Amino acid sequence: MSSLPLLSLIIFVPWAGALLLASLPRLGAPACRALALAFSLSTMALGLAALASFDCAFTGYQLVERHAWISSLNVHYHLGLDGLSLLLVLLTGLLAPASLLASWRSARDPRFFGLLFLLLQGAALGVFLALDFFHWFVFWELSLIPAYFLIKLWGGPKAAPAAYQFVIYTIGGSAFLLLGFVAIFAATGTLDFVQLAALGSDGTLVARLAALGGFWPQAVFLGVFLGFAVKVPLFPFHTWLPPAYAEAPTGVSMFLTGVMSKMGVYGFLRLLWPLFPGPLHAAAVPLVWLALGGVVLGAYAAMRQTDLKRMVAYSSVNHVSYCLLALFAVSAATGRSGLTSEAAAAALSGALLQMFNHGLSAGALFYCVGVLEDRAGGRRGLGDFGGVQTAAPLFSGLCAVAMFSSLGLPGLNGFVGEFLIFRGVWGLLPWAAVAACLGLFATAFFLITFWQRVFHGPRAGAAAGKFAEISGPDLAVLAPLAALMLTLGVLPQLLTRLFNPLITMWANHLPLP
Amino acid sequence: MSLLPWTIYLSLAGAVLALAGGRRSPGAARWTALLTASGAWILALLGASRFIPGPGLQTLVDLSWMPSLGVRYHLAADGISLTLVVLTGLAATAGVLFSWNVGERAGEFFALFLTLVAGVYGVFLSADALLFFVFYEVAIVPKYFLIASWGSTNREYGAMKLALYSFAGSSMVLAGLLWVYAVGGGHGFGFAELSQAAAGLSRHQQIVIFALVFFGFATLAGIFPLHTWAPTGHVAAPTAASMLLAGVVMKLGAYGCLRVALPLSPLGFAYWHATIGWLAVVGIVYAGLVALMQEDLKFVIGYSSVSHMGFVMLGIAAATPLAVSGAVLQMFSHGVIAGLLFAVVGRMVYDRTHTRKLAELRAMPIYRLLPFAAAAFVIAGVASMGLPGFSGFPAELSILIGTWKGAPAWAAVAALGVLVAAAFTLRAIALGFFGGTEAPGAAAPRGQAIQLEPITLAEKAGALLLIGATVLIGLKPDLLLDWINPALQSPLLQAAMKAVAP
Amino acid sequence: MSPSYLELFLALRPETSLLAGALVALGLDLTLFRRRSNGERLRRALLVAAVAVAAAGLCAFLGARGPVFGGVLVLDRFAVATRVSVLALTLLTLGVAWGAAPPSQPAEYVAVMLFAATGLILMAAAQQLLLVFLSLELASLSLYVLAGFDRARPESAEAALKYFLFGAMAAAFLLFGFSLVYGVTGSIELPRIAEQVSLRGPDPLLMVALVMVLVAFGFKVAAAPFHLWAPDVYQGAPATSAALIASASKLAGFTLFGRLLWTGFGAAAGPVGSLAWGPGWVPVLSAMALASLLLGNFAALAQSNVRRLLAYSAIAHAGALLLGVISLGSSGPAPLFYYASTYGLATVGAFGVIAAAERGGRCQEISDLAGLHRRSPLLAGCLTVFILSLAGIPPLAGFVGKLAVFSAALHLGGIAGPAGLLAILAIALSAVALYYYLIVLKQALVAAPAPGAGRIAVPRVTALALLATAGLIVWFGVDPAQLLGLF
Repeated sequence: MSSLPLLSLIIFVPWAGALLLASLPRLGAPACRALALAFSLSTMALGLAALASFDCAFTGYQLVERHAWISSLNVHYHLGLDGLSLLLVLLTGLLAPASLLASWRSARDPRFFGLLFLLLQGAALGVFLALDFFHWFVFWELSLIPAYFLIKLWGGPKAAPAAYQFVIYTIGGSAFLLLGFVAIFAATGTLDFVQLAALGSDGTLVARLAALGGFWPQAVFLGVFLGFAVKVPLFPFHTWLPPAYAEAPTGVSMFLTGVMSKMGVYGFLRLLWPLFPGPLHAAAVPLVWLALGGVVLGAYAAMRQTDLKRMVAYSSVNHVSYCLLALFAVSAATGRSGLTSEAAAAALSGALLQMFNHGLSAGALFYCVGVLEDRAGGRRGLGDFGGVQTAAPLFSGLCAVAMFSSLGLPGLNGFVGEFLIFRGVWGLLPWAAVAACLGLFATAFFLITFWQRVFHGPRAGAAAGKFAEISGPDLAVLAPLAALMLTLGVLPQLLTRLFNPLITMWANHLPLP
Repeated sequence: MSLLPWTIYLSLAGAVLALAGGRRSPGAARWTALLTASGAWILALLGASRFIPGPGLQTLVDLSWMPSLGVRYHLAADGISLTLVVLTGLAATAGVLFSWNVGERAGEFFALFLTLVAGVYGVFLSADALLFFVFYEVAIVPKYFLIASWGSTNREYGAMKLALYSFAGSSMVLAGLLWVYAVGGGHGFGFAELSQAAAGLSRHQQIVIFALVFFGFATLAGIFPLHTWAPTGHVAAPTAASMLLAGVVMKLGAYGCLRVALPLSPLGFAYWHATIGWLAVVGIVYAGLVALMQEDLKFVIGYSSVSHMGFVMLGIAAATPLAVSGAVLQMFSHGVIAGLLFAVVGRMVYDRTHTRKLAELRAMPIYRLLPFAAAAFVIAGVASMGLPGFSGFPAELSILIGTWKGAPAWAAVAALGVLVAAAFTLRAIALGFFGGTEAPGAAAPRGQAIQLEPITLAEKAGALLLIGATVLIGLKPDLLLDWINPALQSPLLQAAMKAVAP
Repeated sequence: MSPSYLELFLALRPETSLLAGALVALGLDLTLFRRRSNGERLRRALLVAAVAVAAAGLCAFLGARGPVFGGVLVLDRFAVATRVSVLALTLLTLGVAWGAAPPSQPAEYVAVMLFAATGLILMAAAQQLLLVFLSLELASLSLYVLAGFDRARPESAEAALKYFLFGAMAAAFLLFGFSLVYGVTGSIELPRIAEQVSLRGPDPLLMVALVMVLVAFGFKVAAAPFHLWAPDVYQGAPATSAALIASASKLAGFTLFGRLLWTGFGAAAGPVGSLAWGPGWVPVLSAMALASLLLGNFAALAQSNVRRLLAYSAIAHAGALLLGVISLGSSGPAPLFYYASTYGLATVGAFGVIAAAERGGRCQEISDLAGLHRRSPLLAGCLTVFILSLAGIPPLAGFVGKLAVFSAALHLGGIAGPAGLLAILAIALSAVALYYYLIVLKQALVAAPAPGAGRIAVPRVTALALLATAGLIVWFGVDPAQLLGLF
């Protein structure tokens, strides 16, 4: 454990940047943008520093910081890093600057935008690193405020109701989450995730909750579940997503889909599953159906969209549901004879990989749609373009990488995650894997349609006139993302080595219900 | 610690001086008021710094006053009173800062304001129930005149309603107290003595007495359905008065419930316990829903105050140590937050735009014209929602946890109230401050056409004080909980809590 | 033992002083001040009267104690305290009169006031039925005259006539009742009567006599249902007269009848601590108190004339004071005395403000007080103190008075007895009362002055009197042990 509180720095440096921006009202626009970008990049830098001192073989929490905070509620300031959180920190470190760069061209009032964005970034990092409910919840809730304002003030024409709906849904879920943890504290006297996970694994937590009355464990489980289900989102709690993603400005959409949805999945993995293995197992099969619903219906809905941004939004629902499908399948199959830990490990590592990869590919896709929208003067319908490949081949090439990664083409990063998930789920719940294939087909369909209508064929629509090749900031964002997608497609072990021991441990010690 | 009674005397002296100063110039009155209010606050903080937390009240002054009636001039403090005294000082200082622009009859305004503050300090420091009542009543008349003379919407009606409800509530309390004293054969009005006297009465009488005293105080705390005076009165009041009324004076009622009513008759408390809890949670949700429908920004905040006080009453009703400490923390937290909300809406926005109607504010992008006001309101709003990081969160969390064991249903309904609070707060923020962005193209010309005066230094100072307080306590609630929790060990409160323990 | 006339004279020095003052004032006015203006004549007469009253007060305070002249008078603590208070109230009324519009015959006015004061202080000490009647009539007749003194306004004459007619009827009842008492008990000395009453028990004739006495009592203190004269008299009489009627006469009246009922008829009191219906005067008083509280408070709500409002509030206060009378037997005179005297102070003050405000124009309707804070901050401030004391707001004396009386009433048997229940009712009705008191203050302190209403100049003496009254109310409120501890 180094003496530098690296994890606290990771969380609070972006906030320091926000404070700096707030206190310099007369800073010029370029300086504001540069400052915001610099602080945003700090996450990548500090994340890499954490990576350097990270021992992959150790499956516990590293770089731990723990100080007493509120004695009467037994709350401690507790931060820790394991493979899962490191993965997500690195993802945030990548996507946040990309999102900021995405907004450079279009966002008016860059000081305010940068300020809000840095607040959002810090809050997201806090969610991934906090290990005690009190400040974890602080970060969870605090992420909503900048998100709300970012959507509302820089979004499209219907941004206000979309932002409102987004916040209300999420706070609604959070209210249940809060209540659930209130009950947990009342039953156990602690809010520390590590201690609660220990209590959950041997069924003590459920037993203590049941002390109040038979149905309370289920009720609390439901509350905590709802809090996360809305965030991911899991079908059918996803209705806030399409308007919010579509109306948000490009950079914000990238961050929402790339990082914020992962906060929900993180919640499932870090909290719901370790704390409530029994109730989760009991509810797993219906939940698998819900995840399948998200996979299949999300993809089919995307197919029917003519607005490109909405299409990518629905496809996000589809992709993130894969992660949950994997988790629920593992939970459903726990304790059954013939279960191989190999299948569970495959499913879980697929889920983690999918989180990272989807972040990259969906982020890149939103960016591409953003570029298209800009060039077309605000239009982003499927029929507003044609033959972009001829007009801007480099751009099209990079978009193609993103699209096919999203599709799951072998050789690109998206394939590895989806393949592992399918392989794992097939070993756990074969019928679920079969059903999920429907989603694959639909995804392929709409992405190829996207490619064909927008990029292929004769130049038409907005591409008919002047459609310059991409340069400068656009290139700076898309090129590294594409490169990473290619690299990770071929060398996924760069990522998997971070969390393989962790996954192995999880798979070998599946909590018995 | 013995500095604490001087908060009362200093405020009264300041009231007289402000009245005199007002004859010379409004400025003299303002500065006198500011020096008095902040001076009293500093005294409170100094007294607090020497405070050693412990169960039971620590006597500050104990003199015989009306020996034939058994009333003593007995002032004492424990952690709970100290928390509220510090709150009063803060709210009073901020209130004066936000009233810097009062020009007409400034001397009288500040004199009434400081008299009200003195009465409030007196209530929090009283250890004799009748002295408590005296200070409580002293606070009623200034309230009426502050609202009737310097208020806005419907001020005469609002002032009268507020004054009469408060007085009616306090009459109920007086009836109950005199009944216990006279019939129970008590020798004085100390809390322990009254409790002993009440214990000697029949069960039926105890139930009625508890109802009189508790609901008398609860009227001032804004318990549903006796709350209707609060939104009307607070909306009608001028800014500083609203800040103090919603922020501190409503807490007088809750404090009275906790300090006087609960120890008086644990038997009565046990009987009324369920009713109070249900009324509290209904109030939380009902007031929140009504706030959601309001078209006047100040009414939104008025109803949100009723909703938040519902949490306080819930904490008191649940009567577990966590719940009660959460309730006291919520008293402090809401005092600060409500002050900030009223300050922004009344002083920063209304005084400049002369409208509080959401429909009209929506057309102006206030966040561009008055960015400080918008930022302050957003912070106050999210703090009011109970967002973690601000003082409302540990308070509401403690209340919910404390309520859970004994009455999970209440906790569930209250959590619903949190959601409703989020909805109406967001609506207020969006419509009130971030309007004018519906049609992006049209926003700019509108914004440039309206000129509003910039936020003055006094307003900024007041706002920063309040924001600092809510953030400080939100991140380090132990600062107050270390005072409050030992105070809950007092035998009187313990007896009350045991009576309703699940 | 033959009664010592010297002892009587020494005991009656206050009365003598007052009479001397009246005669001197009349004499001087008739001779030396004939040709001066009304205002000057008034002021000179007031000076003489003030000296006389002050001397009387001093004598009363320092004078003899104990029974006088064979028990005709008794100068116990209660009596002495009442005498000094009545004289103080009279002095304050004189100060108020200084600032009011001078009546047409100023010296006579002042002299009659002094006669009234004489009667009142005699009432406070009377222990014999004849003296009771005598002093009561002396005071009442003087007050009737005072009520009708304003010859410019027909309301004044109407007020005086109503007062006289009602008063005369009440006096008739009283006399008849006294004669019945004499017939039954064979004595007109209160201690002797008490012995007889306790021996005989509830005699029907005695009950009739008691009822008649109570009628007179009710009339004197304006308790319902004998209150009908009060609103018209308060409204019609000149403000200064109303001040005296409302304050000193009430105090003296309560003292007199309190002593009469308890010292004389204590044994016939009836059930005090329970709701059982038995023969006795306490249930009757309870009924009167109930009627007064309800009628006074609710009728005041409807008033637009500030004097009538004060009249109805006086009726309500009389109801509360009756509770003090009921509890006199067990708790002693302290609560009653405190309440009545501080009530008197507040009323003198209120009417004093009205009298002073009349200099700047008519002051009948509540709206005539509009903008008082601008027209005269002194009057507005003093009025605030007086009205809030009437409303019972701490830390003013009115609050402590109510507290003392209600406490004493509840001691009598808690809520099982009528007094306790009435106390609770009175506390509840005080919220109603606050409403109409605030209406008055709203006009004075919040409303803007009527167009054309200018500043009111208040003469220094009146200002001093008002400030002294307000100061006393605040002092007695903050340190009530001074008065409460007298007994």
